[in-house]
Amino acid sequence: MGRYVARRLLQAVLVLWAAYTLSFAVLYLLPGDPVEIMAAGGGEVTEVTEEQLDAVRAEYGLDAPLAEQYLDRLGAALTGDLGTSVQTGERVSAMVAEQLPATLQLTCAGGALALLLGSAVALAGAHTRRPWLRQLLLSLPSVGASAPTFWVGLLLIQLVSFRWGLLPAIGDQGWRSLVLPALTLALPTSAVLAQVFAKSLRDALREPYVETALAKGASRARVTLRHAARNASLPAFTVFGVLVGNLLAGSVVVETVFSRTGVGRITATSVTVQDIPVVQGLVMLGAVAFVLANLLVDLVYPLLDPRVTTGGAVAR
Amino acid sequence: MRFSLSPSSPASSPSLFPTARRRPAVPAALLCGVLLVSGCSSAASSSGSGQGGGEPVSGGELTFALASAPTCADPQQAGTNDTIYPARQLVDSLTDQDPETGEIVPWLAESWEVNEDATVYTFTLREGVTFSDGAPVDAEALRRNLDGIQELGPRAPLALSYLTGYQSTEVLDELTAEVTFERPNAQFLQATSTPALGLLSPATLEDDPADRCVTVVGSGPFTLEEYRLNSFVRQVRREDYAWGSSLWDEPEGPARLDRLTFEVIPESGVRTGGLSSQQVDAIGGVAPQDEATLEASGLTLERRANPGLPFSLFPQLERPIPADPRVRQAVSLAIDRQEVVDTVLSESYRPATSSLASTTDLYADQSDLLAHDPAAAEALLEEAGWEEGPDGIRERDGQPLHLDIVWGANFGPNQPSLELIQQQLREVGIDVTLRTVTIAEYNAVREEGDYDYAWSNTTRTDPDILRAAFSAELANLSRVDDPDLEALLNEQNASVDPEVRGPLVERLQRELLEKGYLVPVFELTTVLGLDGDVHDLDFEASSRLQFHDTWRG
Repeated sequence: MGRYVARRLLQAVLVLWAAYTLSFAVLYLLPGDPVEIMAAGGGEVTEVTEEQLDAVRAEYGLDAPLAEQYLDRLGAALTGDLGTSVQTGERVSAMVAEQLPATLQLTCAGGALALLLGSAVALAGAHTRRPWLRQLLLSLPSVGASAPTFWVGLLLIQLVSFRWGLLPAIGDQGWRSLVLPALTLALPTSAVLAQVFAKSLRDALREPYVETALAKGASRARVTLRHAARNASLPAFTVFGVLVGNLLAGSVVVETVFSRTGVGRITATSVTVQDIPVVQGLVMLGAVAFVLANLLVDLVYPLLDPRVTTGGAVAR
Repeated sequence: MRFSLSPSSPASSPSLFPTARRRPAVPAALLCGVLLVSGCSSAASSSGSGQGGGEPVSGGELTFALASAPTCADPQQAGTNDTIYPARQLVDSLTDQDPETGEIVPWLAESWEVNEDATVYTFTLREGVTFSDGAPVDAEALRRNLDGIQELGPRAPLALSYLTGYQSTEVLDELTAEVTFERPNAQFLQATSTPALGLLSPATLEDDPADRCVTVVGSGPFTLEEYRLNSFVRQVRREDYAWGSSLWDEPEGPARLDRLTFEVIPESGVRTGGLSSQQVDAIGGVAPQDEATLEASGLTLERRANPGLPFSLFPQLERPIPADPRVRQAVSLAIDRQEVVDTVLSESYRPATSSLASTTDLYADQSDLLAHDPAAAEALLEEAGWEEGPDGIRERDGQPLHLDIVWGANFGPNQPSLELIQQQLREVGIDVTLRTVTIAEYNAVREEGDYDYAWSNTTRTDPDILRAAFSAELANLSRVDDPDLEALLNEQNASVDPEVRGPLVERLQRELLEKGYLVPVFELTTVLGLDGDVHDLDFEASSRLQFHDTWRG
């Protein structure tokens, strides 16, 4: 178990380092210069000299050789210093800290809703005896997974907010403004969850212990919920990490469509203006969330199913 | 040398890419999620004088929805129009400019004098004006503001441009200051009316530039309550305000609204719906296709063409095909500007009628040079040796007549406009490829010079924008190498007297078209949507907004 944990931790660190390096490479390979973009201002042709630009580049350390920049930034990042935004001059860590609560609220609500929706659809699909209903329920996830998030969001806004006036379409004040964005965010995620869960439920219901339970007189509902669902939820648990990634990526679109603040919004704006320190900070945030989620899965899984650690060792 | 793809347009719909919804390996999926989302933010620019509608009342609140997030609360560091709208309300300027006549009128400066060659400006400030932290608005504060802009450097791109050649400011007495430039700088007078040169409290000037984006103190009719990045800007009126611009209804009194809130709503459909469902009171960046819907539901539309350079094609004169003046003329003759406006835009928009938009100071109508005449275009191409090829594309020495046009999505209707222009050029035998780039890439592509024409616009009220755009020492958008033009560009910036400057600017507008240094197509127009009870939301001369006189009722 000790070695298993150590290996997982090491992998997590490697993934973080790879994410940092890859994002650094991609951002620096892009054409364009964040300082020029800042100096281009708004709608006017401006007269800023090359010397004035160089001064700002030097201030941000953007004039040093690439390798040096990479090492400097990596070193600083290790101590928790993610640099300052080229556009606003604000510290990246402060920016992220300020925006994170709103995104956490949204992704947690979206995640909970996705869990609820996804398992409800899968359970109902497994439980029903009407073939047409089962077919309908089990094809819902494919629809949910393929509907573009921004389209779903706009549709909900049009109907629920603009036409019926039930909920606000804009902003992030109060729980009422959270309903539509959380639902929009939950739909594609719940679809993934429902697909995985439905499949493992189907497999579990074919297991001999199900027949035994039925033969002993347990009701179908009891067998589905207590026996099969418990075993079938294990595979679904493994996609937890993927879902966290999904929710974070989805927040970029959802926050923009619903005019909410949050990490997703600053991602969209800072990518547009190539604000390298901010984008890198966000990539790291995403990577950390992803790694933590997967680490959690890896560490909890053996507790749920002891075969995992030993099996893993053998498979190598 | 600076080009800017102005993210300064109304109705630019941020493009939402469906996020990569597949998940391959672990962090790669995330990374892609982050990197793919390059949208285009845009700022709306606007102007609008309100309707009447009874006696103005004091009090009440107004929520205005912006299309893109203000990047900073400090007007001196503002770049995009959506940053300027809220920032404008916090500061006063030395002068104001009449949007109707272009005349520069007193505001913080009671009077001013400019020497013969526009190198020395002497301002006399009005008495009794204070910043909202109590500090006096005096000659020393003016000096510190202008000096401070030099220190801000490229963080204050607009203000810095207005102060090109700035030498010093001398405090003559408590309320009189003399600003000196190394060389003639006639555009400075108009620049003093812009928010970029609005005056900030000396205490604010001491602060770190980044901190000034969040807390900033001016002498304007509103004070900053809270600025939250990507979310909102909240402002409250200053009760003892009594030194408004001479252009306002009640310059001696405070603003009429108690509170002013700017929200950011990136999606144009959500802005429109938010206005119709009264979740906000006014919106910027109304898309042309939404105008009819809004008007049909009883909302008010306010519109004003942005001064400056219209949306235009700028040739890359170092490339062989656009280097030929006959080809450049043919391109202009082949474009049917009216059709672009009628098909892709709305009645709010005007086809370009000169090198400058019609709301620019010293604009002169040159529409005779911007006629649509495909036959003449074809004749010119024939003359230049471009013969009709088998597939309708002209050829010369086996080379097809092909133009590569590069553009950025800073304004929603750019794409349909350019696609129509592509068809129009095809009709005279010119083959066009449209290449879209992100705002981030745009500068790099222009610097590279690997294109035939580039598409952009620029907002500025002073005609000196022509020098900023075409001078070989400045942005030089078309890579012009033309000493005669250069001399003329500098000459017009050497006198503030419209009698002297007017004819020069008119000649410039004409010459630029005759030489084909730009092909203007239509004027960017700021279109606002207002709830029926919003009145007197005023456009400044730059088509940006002034809320002092605005009231509800």
